[in-house]
Amino acid sequence: MIVADRKSLQEILAMVEDNKKILISGCKGCVTVCNVGGLKEVEILASSMEIARKKQGKDIDIDINVLERQCDTEYVAGISETVGDYEAVISLACGVGPQFLSEMYKDQTFYPGVNTTFFGGATQHGIWEERCAGCGTCIIHEFGGHCPVARCAKSLLHGPCGGSSNGKCEISTDTECIWDTIVRKKMDTGRLDDLLGIRGLKDWQTARDGGPRRSIREELVKGNI
Amino acid sequence: MRLSYPADVKIIQVPCTGRVDILHLLNAIKDGADGVYVAGCLEGECHYLEGNLKARKKVEYVKKTLIELGIEPERVEMYNLSSAQGARFAEIAREVVGIIRGLGPTPVKSDTAA
Repeated sequence: MIVADRKSLQEILAMVEDNKKILISGCKGCVTVCNVGGLKEVEILASSMEIARKKQGKDIDIDINVLERQCDTEYVAGISETVGDYEAVISLACGVGPQFLSEMYKDQTFYPGVNTTFFGGATQHGIWEERCAGCGTCIIHEFGGHCPVARCAKSLLHGPCGGSSNGKCEISTDTECIWDTIVRKKMDTGRLDDLLGIRGLKDWQTARDGGPRRSIREELVKGNI
Repeated sequence: MRLSYPADVKIIQVPCTGRVDILHLLNAIKDGADGVYVAGCLEGECHYLEGNLKARKKVEYVKKTLIELGIEPERVEMYNLSSAQGARFAEIAREVVGIIRGLGPTPVKSDTAA
């Protein structure tokens, strides 16, 4: 899923400092799963902002909603009749949400309430880790199911660098050296030879280096399925 | 026991403090309460195993939020006592009221509600 962290209250409050009637819009997709932009988090932000404004002696009128997904126009269209009632809208969806909203409702201002961070999963309750860099050419199977593109600080594809120490990466003692993990797994499974081959240059055009990407599924575009 | 405790305290009963939500605490502050405290069972004595521990985490979260908002975190507190400790209950009520009186009225002005 896409993982995000909520922006600080101060940053969010500053963004809508001059606005009284505000909509906070959550998303039932990834940000609900990573506990940053679902109904609960929307309600908490609304309550916190009301406390802040009342403390300043200023009025604020906050409405909330949670869209099925802010990355689908059919759901974004669901607020067409009410979105114009607000002076500003705070989106707690990932970075896709405020953009889809802005593209559909050109007269409204949408503020991002979260910082979108990475594609990952929860390794334990409350802790999420990056697992995918979305490079567009997946070769995870060649590394024992671990992605060095996303999980090696240098995205190395031929082994660890000199900064690998006792299974940790030199950037932080909290960060595992994924190459240490890959090599150990290959040794444990008797497949170390898998890593001896020299691979060709990775084509990074499918990653962000090739510019903004687009995925087209002809059979769906034609509406046949 | 006929113990007396300050009339300033309004009690809201829940089956277990695990039922107390971050929103209950935040909304109480938002609606003008000078302070809120959660009185849970003794740690390790929760009938539902960890309801009181979860409540403490929620109280800590709300404290952090209040700090971020420039409001004294002491306005929200967690206490642990057993249902047999009536005297302690009254003592905590007096203690909390004393702390809140020391802090003064809430800076959250409820009459500005939209």
